[in-house]
Amino acid sequence: MPGLWGRGMSLLRADNLSLSYGERKVLDGVSLAIEPGEIVTLVGPNGSGKSSLVKLLTGQIRPDAGRVQRKPDLRLGYVPQQLALDPSLPMTVTRFLNLPKRRHPEAIRRAEGETGIMGLGERQVSQLSGGQMQRVLLARALLTSPELLILDEPTQGLDQPGEAAFYLHLERLRDELGCAVFMVSHDLHVVMSASDRVICLNHHICCEGTPHVVSEAPEYRALFGHGTGGALALYQHEHDHSHEHHHDHA
Amino acid sequence: MSIITTMLDDFLVRAALAGVGLAVAAGPLGSFVVWRRMAYFGDATAHAAILGVALALLFSVPVTAGTLVVALAMALAVSALATRGHAMDATLGVLSHSALALGLVAISFVPGVRVDLSAFLFGDILSVTRADLGVIWGGAVLVAALLVWRWSALLTATMSEELAVASGIDPRRERLVLTLALAVVVAVALKVVGALLIAAMLIIPAAAARGLSRTPEAMAGWAVVIGIGAALGGLALSYGADTPTGPSIVVVAAAAFLGVVSVARR
Repeated sequence: MPGLWGRGMSLLRADNLSLSYGERKVLDGVSLAIEPGEIVTLVGPNGSGKSSLVKLLTGQIRPDAGRVQRKPDLRLGYVPQQLALDPSLPMTVTRFLNLPKRRHPEAIRRAEGETGIMGLGERQVSQLSGGQMQRVLLARALLTSPELLILDEPTQGLDQPGEAAFYLHLERLRDELGCAVFMVSHDLHVVMSASDRVICLNHHICCEGTPHVVSEAPEYRALFGHGTGGALALYQHEHDHSHEHHHDHA
Repeated sequence: MSIITTMLDDFLVRAALAGVGLAVAAGPLGSFVVWRRMAYFGDATAHAAILGVALALLFSVPVTAGTLVVALAMALAVSALATRGHAMDATLGVLSHSALALGLVAISFVPGVRVDLSAFLFGDILSVTRADLGVIWGGAVLVAALLVWRWSALLTATMSEELAVASGIDPRRERLVLTLALAVVVAVALKVVGALLIAAMLIIPAAAARGLSRTPEAMAGWAVVIGIGAALGGLALSYGADTPTGPSIVVVAAAAFLGVVSVARR
């Protein structure tokens, strides 16, 4: 597989995106490309335009200038920040995983296994905990056999070990499925080392590169300070353990 | 064949068939109205039907056509406002009641024949003709087919517009489908329960069905069953106790809602 990742075959490419909400310029000349199989993390302070960029990349909104190109017939799995489901809508987890397309029961079982949500099938989606909901959303995204998985702040509501476990899980999924991962985080602590590439956004792209390059970059330090050394250590510490345990709030 | 023709001679049979037809369309559509919190939206569209009646009578076109056009115009207007992110509560109130009042005023200008206003406000299910039945069932089948066809996309867009877009579904198109369906149901329901109670037939059976359902499909199905039960029960109540039929149907639906809620609470 890795040998087939040719250059110039980006899954998704954004050229010079700009976006304003009224007077406020949210994104200014943002360009990026996502290559097959890589894990890219978008970091930036609150209000730096991260979510707007995700909305542009997934086609929710259109840019004022610039454009987004997808590989033809790109299979895109999208995990939104959160899903607030109106309790007036009855919906079991299994039914939700079959939306909008019916999936083969075997595929459902596999996705449930990969995300650790076996046995939740008959539960109502509106009654899931934050962590369970996140896993169900991930399972649903995996059912598209994605070439690219886009996650918007996937670990909101998880504690730090839970977060670390989630990222390691993503890394393993990437290795197993060969999909690229593009995710947003406002929390740099655990996310950095799980990424092949980090893009630091503050309305424009401040800096990008491997996690270590970015964490040393002056632009990054200007935004986030110096306090990430301990967090990287925490990640490495977690890495020594077995990751079979999931931090599930069942 | 002759048995059916004979049965259709009976006004009670025609009334029952009209009620069942409405329930078939109102069950699934009403479920979406509940899920998407469009209750007031339904009200505004239904109230606009009175204006449609007035215009139809003034211009001597069929009442169903007039109702359909004006209800559709109202539904599209409300839908457009909603997409632009207006604060909807007051806007819907203004539109809904203005349309109703304007319709009532306009009807008073209809020359010649005295118009039986209460028939349009509260329905006149006992006077349903065979032609009315054709319109009611035609509309009901159209709406049900439309909703079945778009079901998965509608559900996905209802759960999350974000997820819908990521799956290649255009939420605006799905909203338009619901808007069209709502206008058709309003036009069809006018004869059965009247403009003031159309929204009730959308919301009450669906809300009652919620307590019995674990999936959206089950809820839509139960809403149809409860709607049919309300139509038949309301007819029986009206026949037995000489009460107005449209309101009797809604009263039975409300009783079903109360029953389900009190059982589900236990």
